[in-house]
Amino acid sequence: MSARLTRDNVAKVADLARLELTDADLDRYTEQLSAVLDHAEDVASLDLDGVPPTSHPLPLVNVLRADVVVEGVDREEVLSQAPSVEDRRFRVPAILGEEP
Amino acid sequence: MSAIPSTAIEIAAAVRSGSLSAREVLDDHLARIDARDGEINAFNLVMVDEARAAAAAVDAQVAAGEDPGPLAGVPLALKDNLCTHGIPTTCSSRILEGWRPPYDATVVQRVNAAGAISIGKTNLDEFAMGSSTENSAFGPTRNPRDTSRVPGGSSGGSAAAVAAGFAPISLGSDTGGSIRQPAALCGVVGVKPTYGLVSRYGLIAFASSLDQIGPFSTTVADSALLLEAIAGYDGRDSTSINAPSPSLIESLGEGVDGLRIGFVTELMGEGIAPDVAARVRQAADALAAAGAQIGEVSVPAAAYGLSAYYLIAPAEASSNLARYDGVRYGMRVDAPTTAEMNAATRTAGFGDEVKRRIMLGTYALSAGYYDAYYGKALKVRTLIVRDFERAYADFDLLITPTSPTTAFKFGDKTADPLSMYLNDICTIPTNLAGHPAMSVPFGGGADGMPVGVQLLAPALGEATMFRAAAVLESAAPALDEVWS
Repeated sequence: MSARLTRDNVAKVADLARLELTDADLDRYTEQLSAVLDHAEDVASLDLDGVPPTSHPLPLVNVLRADVVVEGVDREEVLSQAPSVEDRRFRVPAILGEEP
Repeated sequence: MSAIPSTAIEIAAAVRSGSLSAREVLDDHLARIDARDGEINAFNLVMVDEARAAAAAVDAQVAAGEDPGPLAGVPLALKDNLCTHGIPTTCSSRILEGWRPPYDATVVQRVNAAGAISIGKTNLDEFAMGSSTENSAFGPTRNPRDTSRVPGGSSGGSAAAVAAGFAPISLGSDTGGSIRQPAALCGVVGVKPTYGLVSRYGLIAFASSLDQIGPFSTTVADSALLLEAIAGYDGRDSTSINAPSPSLIESLGEGVDGLRIGFVTELMGEGIAPDVAARVRQAADALAAAGAQIGEVSVPAAAYGLSAYYLIAPAEASSNLARYDGVRYGMRVDAPTTAEMNAATRTAGFGDEVKRRIMLGTYALSAGYYDAYYGKALKVRTLIVRDFERAYADFDLLITPTSPTTAFKFGDKTADPLSMYLNDICTIPTNLAGHPAMSVPFGGGADGMPVGVQLLAPALGEATMFRAAAVLESAAPALDEVWS
């Protein structure tokens, strides 16, 4: 059995997932996610030792193609969809504390 | 205006023969959308100009003696998580506001190449997460058969568009039931093909080990026609099956004589409304009357399918949706640093249910909880695959309800996410196994709303599944036939 989900767990997960939550959000999500995880306890409490995991329905193999240049999507068209662009590249705000 | 046939097969035949123009067909459907989509809200976008140009091109081909293809002149609605080159594609999320994809999804290329007229982009639960289409940033879609009720979801717009006669066929995507459940609730046919049968290139990813694209239609034959047009290998999807696609239309009339069809006992008891269960029994009787051998079969791990799914799908979603960071496409909320910009953008751009699933998935994958949740769920998935293997050793097809109830009212399940998730209890196991399944309308429930019967088949068993669906279609009671 797993420990019950806490408000701190939800705050940490939101931070990892880059989501900002208000106090009211935290209360609500803690309650709702706990209900879902409680339901999932039927799985969490099963004894599944020796059962291999299935991550995918098909037996997958790497797909390779010939090393030949083919036309990709249009660079200007892709850049035209970005919120901010400079010198034909995506532009973002400061990353490591440098002046913007 | 001349009478426009109601099915894709009839429309394509008439357009190919020159007895009906694609323009006339399109005008008729655009008029229906004009008259009623204000109320239904099936479409996020009606592609009037593009559709008119495509219809003119089809008519020009016919005039020049060329064959536009098997879907000639047939209006078709696209779920708005399928990329359309230069045409807004939103996933019904604010975070993709204004985005125009730089390419077409493979299925979009294929239906266009087959002569279909893409008529618009349909509403969905944001990023296909939901079972009612109430989670859309563009407002809910209404069930055309009773507008106080939901159309199901997540492909609620595609189901409603077909049920309302806005288009004879549409495409949706199904991760845990998102084609079959809205098909059942709206009273139309909906198909989730075998995982890998239809290319997902250009389908905006939700849970990649589960997502599959499939058709909606009013008739079984129209879904067969559309699935034949979109199935087949595509080198741009690394999960595409490199094998010949099943031929569906030619065997559609072969019946079910001698087929062994199993009644899944775990999915007929607790949680299934009595009127829905009664229709499924009636459907099994109809298959027996047509010569099938009906027996009971147990798929014990199906009982754990819902829990496993609601760990696996959010885990994959939390990874897939990491890409919406305000950098390359869609909206951005400005902030001094990139990390703050990422968080501000995601907080403003995602709706409630998407945030819930991202957090659930992040938690299920996080250190200390991975083994107990995600790891266990993957092992349950193995049990489900093994149970189905055993079931298909004795049976050619399985039969269950599609949805535990008929269409519910708006707001009934929004406050309690778990009650919404329970809608998917009958549809989820096939996604986990990667098998095909479809919903066929079979009369009404005690409230007069449509009931869907679900047929399940082993991987690549579509042809047999469609034969049984055709039998059910011809035996289906009228929607208003008294429930007993």
